[in-house]
Formats: sequence, structure tokens, C-alpha cells
Amino acid sequence: MSEYLVLLVSTALVNNVVLVRFLGLCPFMGVSKRVDSALGMGLATSFVIVLAAALSWILEHWLLAPLGLGYLRIMTFILVIAAVVQFTEAVLHKMAPNLYQMLGIYLPLIATNCSVLGLPLINMQEGHGFVTTLVYDFGSALGFTLAMVIFAGMRERLALAKVPDTFAGTPIAFVLASLMSLAFMGFSGLNFK
Amino acid sequence: MIAAIVSLTLLGAILGLALGVAARKFAVEGDPLIDEIEAMMPGSNCGQCGQAGCAGAARAIAEGTAPVTSCPPGGKGLAAALAAKLGVTLDLSTVVDEGPKLAQVSEEICIGCCRCLKVCPTDAIVGAAKQIHNVIREACTGCGNCVERCPTEAVAMRPVPVTLQHWVWPKPESTAAA
Amino acid sequence: MGLIEKFLHKLATPNWGVHPDDHKRPAADAPLRILPLPARLYVPLQQHVGQPGRPIVLVGQKVLKGELIAEAQGNISAPIHAPTSGTVVAIGEITAPHPSGLPFASIAIEPDGDERAVELPIPADPFALAPAEITRLVAAAGVVGLGGATFPSAVKLALGKRSEVTTLIVNGGECEPYLSCDDRVMRDFAAAVIDGVRLMMHAMGAGKALVGIEDNKPEAIVAMRKAAAPFPEIKIRPVPARYPMGSDRQLIQTLTGKEVPSDCRAADIGVLVNNVSTANAVHRAIRLGEPLIRRIVTLSGGAIWQPGNILAPIGTLVSDLLTFAGLKSEPARLLMGGPMMGAVLPHANVPIVKGTAGILAFNEEEIITPEAGPCIRCGNCTRACPIGLLPLEMAANIRADNLSAAEAFGLSDCIACGCCAYICPSHIPLVQYFTHAKGELSAQSRSRLRNEATKRLARERAERLEREVIEKAAAAAKRKAERAAQKAAAKAAEEVAT
Repeated sequence: MSEYLVLLVSTALVNNVVLVRFLGLCPFMGVSKRVDSALGMGLATSFVIVLAAALSWILEHWLLAPLGLGYLRIMTFILVIAAVVQFTEAVLHKMAPNLYQMLGIYLPLIATNCSVLGLPLINMQEGHGFVTTLVYDFGSALGFTLAMVIFAGMRERLALAKVPDTFAGTPIAFVLASLMSLAFMGFSGLNFK
Repeated sequence: MIAAIVSLTLLGAILGLALGVAARKFAVEGDPLIDEIEAMMPGSNCGQCGQAGCAGAARAIAEGTAPVTSCPPGGKGLAAALAAKLGVTLDLSTVVDEGPKLAQVSEEICIGCCRCLKVCPTDAIVGAAKQIHNVIREACTGCGNCVERCPTEAVAMRPVPVTLQHWVWPKPESTAAA
Repeated sequence: MGLIEKFLHKLATPNWGVHPDDHKRPAADAPLRILPLPARLYVPLQQHVGQPGRPIVLVGQKVLKGELIAEAQGNISAPIHAPTSGTVVAIGEITAPHPSGLPFASIAIEPDGDERAVELPIPADPFALAPAEITRLVAAAGVVGLGGATFPSAVKLALGKRSEVTTLIVNGGECEPYLSCDDRVMRDFAAAVIDGVRLMMHAMGAGKALVGIEDNKPEAIVAMRKAAAPFPEIKIRPVPARYPMGSDRQLIQTLTGKEVPSDCRAADIGVLVNNVSTANAVHRAIRLGEPLIRRIVTLSGGAIWQPGNILAPIGTLVSDLLTFAGLKSEPARLLMGGPMMGAVLPHANVPIVKGTAGILAFNEEEIITPEAGPCIRCGNCTRACPIGLLPLEMAANIRADNLSAAEAFGLSDCIACGCCAYICPSHIPLVQYFTHAKGELSAQSRSRLRNEATKRLARERAERLEREVIEKAAAAAKRKAERAAQKAAAKAAEEVAT
């Protein structure tokens, strides 16, 4: 049990998917102007990540590996991810039209989010079991949401600050992201033993 | 080779089927967002925004083809509420507030034809045949429908004067403050 | 002062607010002067919170001193009386004492110099009257809160009676620098003030009264203590001189230790605040039958030759007052009210109103304001705010047009006292941000209300049109049926005939 906890913490903080692995930067920069939309994006992406990871583990181990179709892995995963994103979009449109409107183009773009494809591939590479895969992806999704919300909170404050003209807007956001990334590197000093 | 083709085709078919079922299950009748926006609009269908009534305006605003500031009777209050709903940033200074012009009847020219009061979307004009008409200022939305209908040009849009009660302190013009 | 005393003083000093240099002397020590009747008076119809008065005189009509010239309309309003006898020469617009420089309605009166007053019945023993009767007399005299808010006093007394207020707090704080009209009232008319306090206590059924006077007015404290000596239910309480001690919530907290919650009125916790000048006006209204037609105005500032307090009729032009007090130099800025919360006047041709506590004429050196710099997040404004708000956060949000966020920080509780702007080392015009945002928010809520009203009207119109169609159809059907019946009857008759 405790190893899963360690896995959760290490994926959410130590190996944060956005700030340490630098995956999924597109929504991280794009939908982080407001905390509520960032939280919505984080939750939607988390949903896709966990569902896609579970489905791709099943496909990998029950379809691709037995038939020796390892070379179709990326294609299959993309197929699964695209389907899950479409599904999420339909659900959100029905359940939370406001959020659907707020996320705009970034919602279908979850399909091209590299963390969503990257995580299943890492899982296969590391040879994780099914439960480990779920925990690993859930932790990463948690880390993604956390990074999104913290970053959006800081950008909300940044919007009030007087930023030199050359840095105003996206440039200062990049500076902020890099500082956040530096801060998250501090977690690599965590010792679980 | 055959295994690859068959398995991927099968996978695609299954996922397509699942999505088809989901699309059926989560089908959105109309757009709930459009309905919500339409409920926020004044509903007078005055046409000042250039859309076909408030329903058309709500659709255009939800789709993003019309700005949230496009409703003059709604004014700043509606623009701010819509901006919050849609999550867009809003420059309030571009909004012309409270319909700066209201209809006014020149009593000496009005012939009491009753044409203007039939087109008023808010029943803001009172009058009867051969009686001088008058505009209830509180109810007028400044749509200007009546101006077009008046045969004697007795109805005109007059700017609303700023009063002490409505005056707003200007925002400090400072480049470096706060 | 010993160390222990210093420590005790420090304990007694509130931890909010600021302590600006009070500049009250020499104006406060100069004896009260009476303004000779000006050539023309412009009595505004809106001198109070609420609905403006409705004029009931005609141009050319002769009026007596104290005669009603505009009656109150609506629940919250106050009548307006002629400050002197004379002729109504015009009813029109004059520039309001307001930074916008917009006009408002007023009645111009040319005094005849006779000062003939209307005879009003004076109750022999007002304490034998019912409280409601006192309130009625106060309402008829047009008394409004003279501390600055100009809320109609009768409405306040009735509210006090209704909500069973136990303690009347009398505000002799006068924390604004320069102003000393309340100080002067307490020094010169202490007995009248105490009598007014007793009348107000009677009108609202309050058992005791606390008079809070800032400790920088020792003469007023002595005079008031002497006048209040026969009445044990009235206590004179010196309070530390700290701006904004004269704000009702701060005074209540200092005197009773109770804090008025943000969404409540003072009456909800059993207290009510009235100004000492208001008490004086109540005394004059009931004991002398004199409506509120004149008041004491402080004239001060670097451009004034003879600073001091002047008893002037309501409606006097500021320029008349300035001429009377004498000008050392052309004033660079004119203020109505104190330097912290007063309104900048567009020019000197504006009338004084019931709420005018002072006219400040500043010279060039006094109004030098350094340019606003960036916020350095020192937090001084947060410490100074008597309400405990975060002015820096609110201003930053307002600057980014994020008004709802500023509202979430408690913008509606801001009393615009100006402590934050005073203390700000970067000279950021914080209060202007807040007044702008408050105006903008109320404009938004007005337009929201208007939107709702439009919606209702449109719906009602649609219903009306629908109803008309149905009624028309019904009427047509009825006519048709009648015609058919007639035809049938005729046919039947024909048949019978044949």
C-alpha cells in the first residue's frame, strides 16, 4: 500500500508531468488565465488521462502483445485517446456548457496533449502492472491539475501587477513557469526511506 | 498483416459505436448556453443589436460571432454578467451605457396617429387617437422603432442628461499606480 | 509623560486610522461671527439623502423667514425653508457643490433685509409630548444629519424608536483636520446641544446618551461637562483624537466596545449616532420653532485671511463667504468639507447646503501632490483602514477593471475616509479608485434593474397582444353567434308568419 502512496507523491510532485517532465505545456500556457477554467481543464484532462491509460493498458496486454503488433502501439493509443476526448467533449457539452465554452479549442486539443499520449507510453516502457498504471496516471493527472491551478492563481495576480511592456503577457508567464519549474525541482530532494 | 488490419478495424468500429451511443445519450437539444443567455437578455426583441431578436442575439453571442457588449438596452450590467458567464475579458470602457438616447415626443408636432405606440417593444409610449402621445422614460429602451414610424417626425431620440445621481467618478489616470 | 502613562496612552489609541496634523487652530479659537445677509441666496432642493424637495412657491412670491418653500416627497426626504424673508426671484439650476460640476435645482431668494419670521407654535413642555410628535416636529423643521451624511433626522429618530435603541451616541468627534464648526457649537451652545440630546433621547426612547468628543478639544469637553452636569443619563466621554473617529462605526466601537456588523445598521445593535450640530438643530426646531435654515461653517485654509467659524444662512454662495473672511491670495483649490473627505468645488459660485461643515481655500503650496508611484506593497493602507479592508488589493483589481473581485474584497464596506490614500507612501489615489468602482458598480446594478424591467415590460406586452387576439376572436365569435341567432329568429318568425 505504502508503495502506491510513494508512487502517488512522486508522480504528482517529484516527477510532475508539466513542471519536471515538460509534457502537456499547451493547455498549461493556454488555459491558465483564470483559476476556474484551469481547474476545469485539469479535471477534464485528468479524466482523459486515467481513462486512456487504463484502456491502452488493456489493449496493449490483451490485443497488441498477444498478436505481436507492438509497432501499432502509437496508432492504437492515439485512436483510444481521440475517442475518449470526443466522449469527454460530449459529456461536458451536456453537463457543463459554461466550462465547455470556457475551454473552447483547448478541449478537443486534449487529444494532442503530449502528456496524455506520453503517460501510456511511459507505462509500457516501465512495464507497469494494471494497478500501478492506474496509480501512476492518477498521480500524474493530479500533478497536472495542481500545476494548472497554482499557475493560474499566480497569473491572476500577475494580471494586476505592473509588468514592463516588453514582458507583459505571455513572456512574463513563461518566466513564471520556469520559476515554478525550478521550485518543483526542489521536490526531488524528498527522501522516502 | 491481416491480424493488424482486422484488429484495428475492429477497434475503430467498437470505439465508433461507443461514441455513437454516447452522442445519442448526451445529445444536447438546442444549446443550454444559448438558452441561459437568452434568459439574461431583456427580451424586448428591439433589434438594436442587428440580430433577429433576443434569441438570435443569444445564439450569436454564444457562438462568439457577436461581442458580449452588443446589447444596448442591457448596458454594462448585462455585458459584465455575460462576460463572467462566457469567461471572456471585457473592456467596459467601450460599452455605451443605459441607452444614452431615449425617445421624446415633441408635443407641438404630434398628431396623435398611434403608429409609434404599436411598434414600441416595451409599451413605453402612452396615447390615444388624436391625443398627444408621451414617452415613459423609465420604460423606454431607446430602440428607435418609433422614430421610423412617425409620419411627422415628432418622435426624436434625445440624449439622456447626466445627473448628480448618475455621475461616476472617473478612473484615476495613472501609469504606475497600484 | 511618564513611561507608564505613555504605554497606557498607546493602549487607549485605536489601532486603525491615521493621525494627520489637525490644523484646527486658529480657526477653532476665533469667536463665532455672523454673516451679514448676502445679496441673493440659492437654496438647493436636494440637500439631503433621498428624494429632493418639491418647490411649492412661485417666482415673484414673497416668503417669510422659515417659511416652507419646498416640501418633502417620499419616505426619505426633508422639507426646505426660506432662510430669510424676501422674494423668490427664480427657480432654476445652479452648480452643485460636487466635484462633477453638474447643476442641480435650487430656489433663488432675494432677501428684503426685514428678517420677518413665520410664527410657529412652540410646545410648552416638549417632554410631555408623545415621542412621535417630537419626530414630526423635527421632520417639519427639515433637520438632517449635520455630520456630513445629511440623512433626514426624523427618519433616523423613527428608526431608533422602532428598533428600540437604548443608547444614543452623540458625535462630537469632528476628526477631519481644519474643521471646527462642531467644536464651536459645543463651546458656544453647550446647553442647547444637551437639550437637543435630551429631546432626541425622548423621541427615540433611549435611556442614556454618550457624547464622544476627541481629546484635542479640551474647551468643548469642559463646556459640555458643565452643561451635562444636571443630567446623569448623559455622559461626556473624551475619545482619542484619531481620524476617522467621527465615522459612526468607529465611534460606536470606541465608546461601547461593540462592532457594527458589515451588513447591519447601528440601530440593529441598539445604538444610534447623531451629530452635536444636529442636536443643536433639534433644540432650535423644538424650543424656538426655527427650522434648519442656517448653520455654522468653518472657513479655513492657507488662502483665507481671517480663518474662523461663520454662522451663515443655507444657500449662501461660497464666494460671499470667501469675501467675508477675506482672501490672502486667489485660492488654488476650494473644498467643501474637510481635506480627507471633502468635495472639490468647481468654482466659488456654488451654494452652501445643510451638510456643509466647512469651506477650505488652499493656496498653491498646500495642494502640491507628488505624482503617484507604483505600489510597493508596504501594507500601510491595510493597517490604516478603519474597516480592516485591503485597499491595495481592491485598487489593483479595480485598475484591472476587475470590479467583482474588488467587491469580494469588501469594497461596499469602504467608507471612503481616505486613510489609505493619506498614508500611502506612493501617493496612489486609492479613494478615487474606490469611488469610481462604487459608481461603476451602482451604474451596473441600475442597468441590471432596467434590464429586468424591460424584460417584464416586453413579456407583459406579449401577453397583452396574445390576450387581444383571443378577445378579438371571442368577440368575433360572439357577433357571429348573435347574427346566427338573429337569422334563426327571423327565419322562425317568417315561418310562423307563413
